[in-house]
Amino acid sequence: MNPPARFTVRVRFSKTGKIRFISHRDMARIVERSIRKLRLPVSYSEGFSPRPRISFGLALTVAYESEAEYLDIDFVTPVDLEELPTRLTEALPDGLSVEAAAHLEPGTASLQESISCCRWIIEVLGDSADVTAAVSDTLNAPELPLERERKGKTTTVDVRPAILEIEIAGPTDNGVQLVALLSTDALTIRPSEFIRVLSPEFGEGRIRRTHQFIQQDNGNRSEPIEAPDSPAAPHTLLTRSIAPSEASAMSDERCAS
Amino acid sequence: MTSVWPQLEPRLAHVQKPARYIGCEDGAKAKAPDSSLISWLFTYPDAYEIGLPNQGLQILYEIINERADARADRSYAPWSDLEAIMREENIPLFSVEHHTPAAEFDVLAFGVSAELTYTNVVNCIDLAGLAVRAEDRQEGDTLVVAGGHCMFNPEPLAPFLDAVVLGDGEEPVGEMTDVLVAQRALGASRAETLAALAQVEGVYVPSLYAPVYDGPALMGTAPISDVAPRSVEKRTVADLAEWPYPKEQLVPLTEVVHDRLNVEVFRGCTRGCRFCQAGMITRPVRERPADQVRTMVQQGIERTGYDEVSLTSLSTADFSGIEPVVMGLMDDSEDAGCGPLSVSLPSLRVDAFGVGIAAQLQRAKRSGLTFAPEAGTWRMRQIINKLIREEDLYEAVDAAFSQGWQRVKLYFLIGLPSETDEDTLGIAELATRCAEIGRTYTNRATVTASVGGFVPKPFTPFQWFGQNTADELQRKVNLLRDATRKTKGVTIKWHDPSATLAEGILARGDRRIADVVETVWRNGGVFQEWSEHFELDRWVDAMAEHDLDLEWFTYRHRSEDEALPWDHLSAGLHKDFLWDDWQDSLAEVGLPDCRWTPCYDCGACTGYGIEHVVASAVPPAGGSQGTGQDLSTGAAVPVTLGRRSEGASAPLSASS
Repeated sequence: MNPPARFTVRVRFSKTGKIRFISHRDMARIVERSIRKLRLPVSYSEGFSPRPRISFGLALTVAYESEAEYLDIDFVTPVDLEELPTRLTEALPDGLSVEAAAHLEPGTASLQESISCCRWIIEVLGDSADVTAAVSDTLNAPELPLERERKGKTTTVDVRPAILEIEIAGPTDNGVQLVALLSTDALTIRPSEFIRVLSPEFGEGRIRRTHQFIQQDNGNRSEPIEAPDSPAAPHTLLTRSIAPSEASAMSDERCAS
Repeated sequence: MTSVWPQLEPRLAHVQKPARYIGCEDGAKAKAPDSSLISWLFTYPDAYEIGLPNQGLQILYEIINERADARADRSYAPWSDLEAIMREENIPLFSVEHHTPAAEFDVLAFGVSAELTYTNVVNCIDLAGLAVRAEDRQEGDTLVVAGGHCMFNPEPLAPFLDAVVLGDGEEPVGEMTDVLVAQRALGASRAETLAALAQVEGVYVPSLYAPVYDGPALMGTAPISDVAPRSVEKRTVADLAEWPYPKEQLVPLTEVVHDRLNVEVFRGCTRGCRFCQAGMITRPVRERPADQVRTMVQQGIERTGYDEVSLTSLSTADFSGIEPVVMGLMDDSEDAGCGPLSVSLPSLRVDAFGVGIAAQLQRAKRSGLTFAPEAGTWRMRQIINKLIREEDLYEAVDAAFSQGWQRVKLYFLIGLPSETDEDTLGIAELATRCAEIGRTYTNRATVTASVGGFVPKPFTPFQWFGQNTADELQRKVNLLRDATRKTKGVTIKWHDPSATLAEGILARGDRRIADVVETVWRNGGVFQEWSEHFELDRWVDAMAEHDLDLEWFTYRHRSEDEALPWDHLSAGLHKDFLWDDWQDSLAEVGLPDCRWTPCYDCGACTGYGIEHVVASAVPPAGGSQGTGQDLSTGAAVPVTLGRRSEGASAPLSASS
């Protein structure tokens, strides 16, 4: 018997507001429940305890927000991509919003395999001049040794190659907002490590992932779901700056932002 | 109303599991703070993941939020890491919906279902910024109220509480709200309000009663005010069909215990297991009509997206027509296209019938099955009135292994009345025999015997029994470990006997034990349900500090004429019924299940003019278990069927 047909859909969603305090595992359960609520024709795994076939991308650290989370869902019959984002958003809790959906060609590499770097808005808590100086020192440093503890062992890694870009977006109440492009490839640096590398004196404020990128064979970066009319040439993706209004919108009282 | 969110938010990235504190659950009510409404803060005095699923608090939360003149939020005990921050930064206990400080609510109401959470109750009152002792609270301060099974002996918490609710809360919570609305309109004082609350049936106001002692002995607890009734009777919802709650069960964003849809199929139990407080205090049996169960499951699954539903009660396999009901649920789910649904029952009957149901429910994953024979020998099972024959157990275990299960878990109690080492070792023998049966089917067969120390509880026939010492319980655990050390496929697990001792101090303690609770709390003893936080020395030292004797409060057998700390409260049960049942127990005489045999007048029905609500005049198939009688022929027995038998159910409100 042939395996049942599969239609894989990739969706992009944002995670903002209070719900940023849930974990990656929590996200998985919430998405599964939402898909069942909508009775979408999701494909189930074989075996004794069938689970819906949903693959998640890179985990987002608890308390970080994101405008660019992705997941791939396998369906047994095609679904309407036009209405899928709205329907999913209605089924998901406040603060999670599905922004785009696209069919995936069979054989497309998984999110885990293909994402090479992410862009982040990172609020660094510290004196503005100190942060600015640290950014310039970091960009000029030939190497940046970072101590990491794994399973009780301390190793030192040069993380300089993992810091691809840093821009200063502007001041916040307690520090400075940076936009940084950080590698998630073979060499990885987390936003918290990035702040530590800038200076152990700085604190961690609000952090938000804005993009995830796939490195193409031709050297260009693309997003996991391409906007139909804006091919993702690297230079167009690097110029985004954050308006102060957007920065202040990052604090809220309701579940959603 | 204010919100602590701006203070809290920047700290949440630095605590474990911050999703405990954000609310936002599906089903949460966002009724905005409004000082013209009577406001309740329902609080579970343990961690969020333990407290959120509590169905009792969810039911009351919905009932209050449906009222036009009241609103309710929820709160849970903050974990120690956040508590440290809250104390450091002066952040009070808050609601998860609006992050409103607890002291801004009219009522702070605790659901108390475990004695070891008592110190957390006191801690939450303190974190709210209220005086921990009710007598020290001022005019206008939040009223502190508690309910739940433990509150059938509220005396160890009495000095901290303004009022206590006995029994089912559905009705009194509304009547108390009516009183609060009226008293507010009158501009009544705190004392006047408490006096008015004491007029609500089922509401106990501890400050209106005083215990009298003679040396270590309690002589009685009597009203010291004309407005207080001599005895406070529990409340009982006559017909569960009128209360189809929770209508919108909360779906948490983060992992909690019992993370599934729960539908209560009946309340009460008349099997008469003599150790079981829940079975005694929740009588009579009130079944939910099968069609309402089906509707609640269907709507619940559709609304929540859960793929598992638990049909809850004290003994779900006894639900009339349980088989067609669960099969119907599974068919409904297939028809609705919601994906595979699993139905779970919180407890299985120890017989092949129970396994048969389990086999139909768990068509796929057959990992483990749990049975609760509770005692290792027939003699001991007669004493506790859990009349499971060895053949019943072996038949059930054989059925389980033959149908693909590989792990069987058996629940037992040790430290039961008149228990001998032979009875204790009977546990090892049963477990060993079960493992042997399992190995005839698979080499991977394992049997886990989970052993808990028995704590005598109020309003049970065993309320007069002197609890085993912690040393004695440990000795019995060691006997079992030694007896099974070399037995293939058998594992013994046990509860910490020192935690059992602390639970025993609290379960039957009188008002003097409140000093112990306060001292343990002041010395940092919170989250006592959690082994990493529990230290027996805190309890033993606090008892000594207040000149209270462990032997007197915990290990001593009580006599028939002795005043008990809960004598001024009533669960409907006649004290002489309980005493006679205690004597029958010692004589190794069983008592049948009164659902299908004539009434023996325990008091729970007759005293309140209510009766069992069951849909079937005959016990479920294979009915010997738990009754000791051969009722399997299915003949009708002389009970009055409740008025639910017509199947007419109150309509569920349309839920989205």
